[in-house]
Amino acid sequence: MAEWAIEAVNLTRRFGAFTAVNAINLQVAQGEIFGFLGANGAGKTTAMRIFCGLLEPTSGQATVAGFDAMTQSEKIKQQIGYMSQKFSLYGKLTVRQNIRFFAGIYGLSRAQVKSKTAEIVERLGLADAADKLVDDLPLGWKQRISFAVATVHQPKVVFLDEPTGGVDPMVRRQFWDMIFEAAAQGMTVFVTTHYMDEAEYCDRVSIMVDGSIAAIGTPAELYAQHNASSVEEVFVALARKATRHGD
Amino acid sequence: MATVVVEHVSKAYQRGTVPALRDMSFDVRSGELFGLIGPDGAGKTTLLRILTTLLLADQGSARVADLDVVKDYHAIRRLVGYMPGRFSLYQDLSVAENLAFFATVFGTTVAANYHLVSDIYVQLEPFKQRLAGNLSGGMKQKLALCCALIHEPKVLFLDEPTTGVDPVSRKEFWDMLGRLRDRGITIVVSTPYMDEAARCDRVALVQHGQIIALDSLPAMLASHATETFAVRGATGGPFHMLRDLRAYPFTKYCFAFGQEHHLVLLPNAPGGAAVEAYMRERGHATVSVQRIAPNIEDVFIELSQPPSAKEPAHG
Repeated sequence: MAEWAIEAVNLTRRFGAFTAVNAINLQVAQGEIFGFLGANGAGKTTAMRIFCGLLEPTSGQATVAGFDAMTQSEKIKQQIGYMSQKFSLYGKLTVRQNIRFFAGIYGLSRAQVKSKTAEIVERLGLADAADKLVDDLPLGWKQRISFAVATVHQPKVVFLDEPTGGVDPMVRRQFWDMIFEAAAQGMTVFVTTHYMDEAEYCDRVSIMVDGSIAAIGTPAELYAQHNASSVEEVFVALARKATRHGD
Repeated sequence: MATVVVEHVSKAYQRGTVPALRDMSFDVRSGELFGLIGPDGAGKTTLLRILTTLLLADQGSARVADLDVVKDYHAIRRLVGYMPGRFSLYQDLSVAENLAFFATVFGTTVAANYHLVSDIYVQLEPFKQRLAGNLSGGMKQKLALCCALIHEPKVLFLDEPTTGVDPVSRKEFWDMLGRLRDRGITIVVSTPYMDEAARCDRVALVQHGQIIALDSLPAMLASHATETFAVRGATGGPFHMLRDLRAYPFTKYCFAFGQEHHLVLLPNAPGGAAVEAYMRERGHATVSVQRIAPNIEDVFIELSQPPSAKEPAHG
């Protein structure tokens, strides 16, 4: 078996008569930044839930960090990090308590928790905010702390579900600086976004339409295949062909 | 003629300790499609709630269609349509029932004003018996717009209608807003997406409760033409490119921008060719540095630099 960080082979998921994910194939290499794009309702969330070990496939295969999504989903959960804009941190806990909580969940030892907490506080420049409630911090800080917490156990793969919504252009780019750094250190980053400029930052992207992968490749390969000059143009051309309606 | 007038409005939460709006003043012209663009927490929702008479300002005054938001709140509520950021229709009423409800509350009927919503509602028609709670995100958004329009408002206030919506649906939504504007409805819409500025007649960039720039997009870009360079190059990936660009002694700041990196240099820097030479020395053989016209995000980043970064110490 090839050593892909993430691999899907004819991965399919049905809900009753509805095929949310229809026989998709993809491989993501270790250390790659992979952009997982698609219109609302294309099937991204369903596929992502399978990769995270939260949902079983109906047929086909998915492996993440070497484990099978059907039979080894608990192993997958230990090997990955996950961050979404909707759920990330506990607002009524302080920054320090959140780090300790998630580090504990991921099975770090007391000594590791202590050193990791100190490292994150220092790296994010949070010395003055470490004992504040997360609810009282600006959104951009929360996102960066979420990312640090999601990767506190140094997972091989991290899944980011629209991580940068709602922040200003500089904060959004500071977040991507963290992604670039993590990938440069060998972490695989699997990210969904509605910002098409962010798709350009990815090593490779896929675009889902109506449950299938309609395009996959480096941004430059996609321009060439679709006679376009940006991922956004490719996205618009493909998503316009969708027949499914929203979400 | 101004349809919305905001004068020195301030508002703070938690007994005055958390400022949301700081002495904000601006006008929205009659018939204009006006964008309030800024990140979460900038004060956009607070401002829209004050203008729709749902919240009182601590200081300052505001008028909508020549009516005062405090004294004449009752009259304003009949005149405006409001689409809040959170889906606020009745989830356990059907599509058709929601629309009929909002028409009735405003003393009109769906039939009387159907022409206002017809090109949007036609997409909802196949689902009109479905409960609103069971609609997809895009459909909910279209229904909410119909319900905000059904009493023929003079002014439409939309709070982040495109947040979390994919690029194709966003384009369609802005096309709808453009058609409503062409019918003479004044529209104030908030959004965190800077690229949507291009769809507005004028935009206000909002940050930390203040307007940091207000103009039409072309005028705004022209008046904030900070010298900006686009750096391209395939070697080493963004992490190494950015690291080396930021280590350049004349760099003020540098960020990833789609297919390239945008670089702003300190005053007295030697210019683009010197950057290219510097990057080649560091192994970025295919690098190219070109002066470009800044876009709206460049402008926002420049305007949100802390004062210390704007005037770097010499020496």
